[in-house]
Amino acid sequence: MTIPVLRAESLVKRFGGFTAVDDVSFELMPGGSLGIVGESGSGKTTTARILAGLEQPTSGTVTLAGRALEGDSRRARRQRAGRLQMIFQDPYGSFDPRQSIARSIAEPMRLHAPGTRKEHRARVAELLDQVGLSSRVGEALPRDLSGGQRQRAAIARALGMAPRVLVLDEAVAALDVSIQAQILTLLDELRRETGISYVFVGHDLAVVRYITDTAIVMRHGRVVERGETERVLRAPQHPYTRLLLDSIPSPDWDLERVARDRRALDPR
Amino acid sequence: MLAKTTEAATHRDALGITGLSLAIGTGADTVPLLAGVTVRVGRGETVGLVGESGSGKSLTARSALGMLPRGARTTGTVTAGGVDVLGAGRRELRDLRRTRVSMIFQDPRASINPVRRVGDYLTEGLRARGVSAHAAGEKALDLLGQVGIRDPLGALRRFPHEFSGGMLQRVMIAGALSTEPELLLADEPTTALDVTTQAEVVGLLKDMQRAHGTGMLFVTHDLDLAAAICDRVYVMYAGRIVEEAAGSALFGAPAHPYTRALLEASPSVHGDRAVIKAIRGRPLALAESPPGCSFRDRCPLADDACAGAVPAHRRHGASTAACLRPEQVTP
Repeated sequence: MTIPVLRAESLVKRFGGFTAVDDVSFELMPGGSLGIVGESGSGKTTTARILAGLEQPTSGTVTLAGRALEGDSRRARRQRAGRLQMIFQDPYGSFDPRQSIARSIAEPMRLHAPGTRKEHRARVAELLDQVGLSSRVGEALPRDLSGGQRQRAAIARALGMAPRVLVLDEAVAALDVSIQAQILTLLDELRRETGISYVFVGHDLAVVRYITDTAIVMRHGRVVERGETERVLRAPQHPYTRLLLDSIPSPDWDLERVARDRRALDPR
Repeated sequence: MLAKTTEAATHRDALGITGLSLAIGTGADTVPLLAGVTVRVGRGETVGLVGESGSGKSLTARSALGMLPRGARTTGTVTAGGVDVLGAGRRELRDLRRTRVSMIFQDPRASINPVRRVGDYLTEGLRARGVSAHAAGEKALDLLGQVGIRDPLGALRRFPHEFSGGMLQRVMIAGALSTEPELLLADEPTTALDVTTQAEVVGLLKDMQRAHGTGMLFVTHDLDLAAAICDRVYVMYAGRIVEEAAGSALFGAPAHPYTRALLEASPSVHGDRAVIKAIRGRPLALAESPPGCSFRDRCPLADDACAGAVPAHRRHGASTAACLRPEQVTP
């Protein structure tokens, strides 16, 4: 029996009196892709940040590659970083504006993968190629890159640490449709080739359907529905999942039905 | 174009943009932004303007209010609410914005004064038209009720930061419609909202538009959204209109390779789980696009003939498309 590469058990996160994440559990199998779906205030991003160690849970545990993640020490964070990396909606803020893309990719790699300068340079070239960036882009500064190129660079940098899990927080939400498709197909390829696992946090059900195998739907910090992504979208059990689906514009879009769904969910 | 000429003669359109070209800079530094853009919005009609970054969709919408980049040079005509916008003076433009054409934006917080109460915001346009303070207050109250704000009386005294994004966008819609405009320009008005809120705000916009007979130009990057709510849709690429289609026809029968490529690049929740096809390259602005058809570098159908000249719009099915071979896009 394979064991999950990532397991979250009864995660709770409170900010003062507000409970942002309320008893959230899930498992991610090696090579699998899990969607976390929800709207603003659902707790999906806080959950992702707990996985990445950017927030400490109030209670509950995260187990990564068989090891429970605890504490916030330098050592703990570095260990975690070698196994799990996070990609944000706009990676601009996570690149040093004065450093070339290639150097930004090489720097964290030096901490995690021992080797000579030359080996690192070769690895950077390989990573750039893997995400479809030219070596010329590698020499450029972050501000010279388009949104799509920057997202590719962020993926290359994350892959440099050979993580088991990539947490993608609305990673394609800010991109144009044609560029979004390029990044989605790239992510698809990478998963097939490397066996990496994804936690894909997003609000766009069509994108989640494309990129994940299983999904949880979150609302007000709680998981309201879980299952295979196809099943969740084809035969939603929870009224909130139905509301999300009916809210997607389509040729036979029924705005009356959306209003009805909403009333059924929150009777005033 | 698809305009019914007899109808156009009797009913003035809410918006008519004809052959609009726009450039900034001079001499060698000239940067063209729009070329030959023609857009029509009839009274009470919902028209979509769809495109990716840099396509010129927002610029086109803004031109309807004379909101042009500094130093812009234009050819062509823009007629909004019966006013020749490009020839109008500042006074006339201000009058147009105050009375006949309204605009709402993606981020309502960026376009409302944060230190003024919502009531003041809603009544200022009416007061400027000479409506009495009392009548303007009544009207604002009525509009807030119509856009689904609970406790409208309390809302009048609140500040923008006391509203959620969805509620504030409702307030903006109430403000935009307070002057009973002929034309509403909506620039990505639901892009920043959650999907369920988007559905509510779109429903509200459509209801309000029907009730007031307002023509709406709906600018969006979301093809699904445009097709779902628009009577007609214009697809823009690199500063030009590349296709005009009935909203309902867009999915079944795209006539331009770019429209088709966009559809194939978008994942969907409907139907079988299908592969998506990425479009190679990135969306271009007019200034960086190649001569001839701007899309030809990324187009699977392109050959040497496409480099010759910018393709004229030609009829194909229920659409017109600026393509030499629309029959190969949808047979």
